[in-house]
Amino acid sequence: MELYELTIHELHEKLKRKEVSSVEATQALLARIEATEPKVGAFITVTADEALAAAGEADKRIAAGTMDVLTGIPVALKDIFLTKGVKTTCGSKILANFVPPYDATSWERLRERGAVLVGKLNQDEFAMGSSCESSAYGSTKNPWDLACIPGGSSGGSAAAIAARQATATLGTDTGGSIRQPASHCGCVGLKPTYGRVSRYGVIAYASSLDQVGPVTRDVRDAAIMLGAVAGHDPKDSTSVDRPVPDYTKALVPDVKGLTVGLPREYHIPGLDADVKKAMDGAIETYRQLGAEFVDISLPHTDYAVATYYLIATAEASSNLARYDGVRFGHRTAEAGGLMEMYVKSRSEGFGAEVKRRVMLGTYALSSGYYDAYYLKAQKVRTLIMHDFLKAFETVDVILTPVAPTPAFRIGEKVNDPLQMYLSDIFTIPVNLAGTCAVSVPAGLSKSGLPIGLQLVGKPFGEESIIKAAYSFEQATEWHKQKAVL
Amino acid sequence: MKITRADVEHVAKLARLELTEEEAATFTGQMDAILAYVEKLNELDTAGIVPTAHAVPMENAFREDVATPSIGIDNALANAPSRVDGFFRVPKVIE
Repeated sequence: MELYELTIHELHEKLKRKEVSSVEATQALLARIEATEPKVGAFITVTADEALAAAGEADKRIAAGTMDVLTGIPVALKDIFLTKGVKTTCGSKILANFVPPYDATSWERLRERGAVLVGKLNQDEFAMGSSCESSAYGSTKNPWDLACIPGGSSGGSAAAIAARQATATLGTDTGGSIRQPASHCGCVGLKPTYGRVSRYGVIAYASSLDQVGPVTRDVRDAAIMLGAVAGHDPKDSTSVDRPVPDYTKALVPDVKGLTVGLPREYHIPGLDADVKKAMDGAIETYRQLGAEFVDISLPHTDYAVATYYLIATAEASSNLARYDGVRFGHRTAEAGGLMEMYVKSRSEGFGAEVKRRVMLGTYALSSGYYDAYYLKAQKVRTLIMHDFLKAFETVDVILTPVAPTPAFRIGEKVNDPLQMYLSDIFTIPVNLAGTCAVSVPAGLSKSGLPIGLQLVGKPFGEESIIKAAYSFEQATEWHKQKAVL
Repeated sequence: MKITRADVEHVAKLARLELTEEEAATFTGQMDAILAYVEKLNELDTAGIVPTAHAVPMENAFREDVATPSIGIDNALANAPSRVDGFFRVPKVIE
């Protein structure tokens, strides 16, 4: 097994036993990045020098006997996380030269534990997309099939794990942006409950939906990463002040008596036959392990995508008002007056998908339409949330596909935004409800593309989905499949 | 409701965006399709439903009002497209 293929916990054991140094592991990952990036394109920035320096520091800490499970582990971050002194673009031309003066809290927490940053990962521009195609820095390719999208918006975070370019990564999930790329790239991706992880220093898209989470090689790594970044942050008033459990204690293969809900609304006509087969297989596996299944109803599922595209775009239009060429980011060279500077800087800096969503959101919030669109969507959000809370009165977790199809081909949906939006049908309701969910490898399509299953938990029920995901992983071999590059 | 080219131009102005001919034409069709799709929310009776702005129930998050060090002027201005002394510099505001 090559060093770059190891999980966090495997590499940690080697570091602890001094079989390998963090510098050696980091060098192995950097060499892997160099060898595979021309094909995959997962990174916007590779921080080789900084990484080797940080790895050297980590080795000192290991020698001193003060190591943490993340000390010396090479990680990479979606380019939406502010990293002090390291360029952060959010996949946009408007932030092409932005070098943050401070760290995102989630990165600060990893860094303090001794994690080593090897680079910043590609994503859809401002996290607006499901395919990584809206990045101003080119499309990332799916390591399993380079003609296919890796998913999005955290496409780089998932592709880098599948291509073994980083030991673990962080992404963000507003409507499925961690889970869908994890599913398409054969990784584990966990979206925590809203408020579980601080959003401080994470470039905002839709603030009532955005949440930080890990993309990893296995469920144990996801539990480790979640435990490291979770917890209250005084700098994010929406982060929740409740204790962070040791999520690795939930890594017990035991689903006997677990009640799993199967929502009947998720049997949609567009469900791919291979995805359906993978779900049927997963249900059978869980049944053999002793889980019990209950048919449930989430009656407002069909309204989730429409609700999401009003709420998310409205919040985005407000959040992205800050890109005006005054304090940071691109400023037009052509401005005569102030208003012209705002308009030209924004129009030159934003790509088509960002403009489209800012326009939609501005429309939904504009005078005369607010009640009909934004307020209506917020009311339907309440109904969607109640669907989940009601279901969780009778079930422990809910099992669904992550996406209706395996990864689609690059360019396939780029001219039809509505079709692109509809590919998030199974992930979006979870963000609207604000609860947690995890994507776990559960099969391969006939053409060899990974398929993930989604386990949705109660609010702050991360331990139950980790336990259920771990049980499935231990009983199957899907997470051991690898993309061949 | 049909979205017209004039609607798109009005919204672009509100959003401080300038669209090319091609963008305006494309967005008119796409916004019309998307807004036609979201019309389906009107199938639902939401009378008496409390809107959700925030998924996790929480009260105002108060803290002690204690002064702490900030990032400082140099850091705050480090990414400024244009600066003069300790300030952000912008084009003429009053025309």
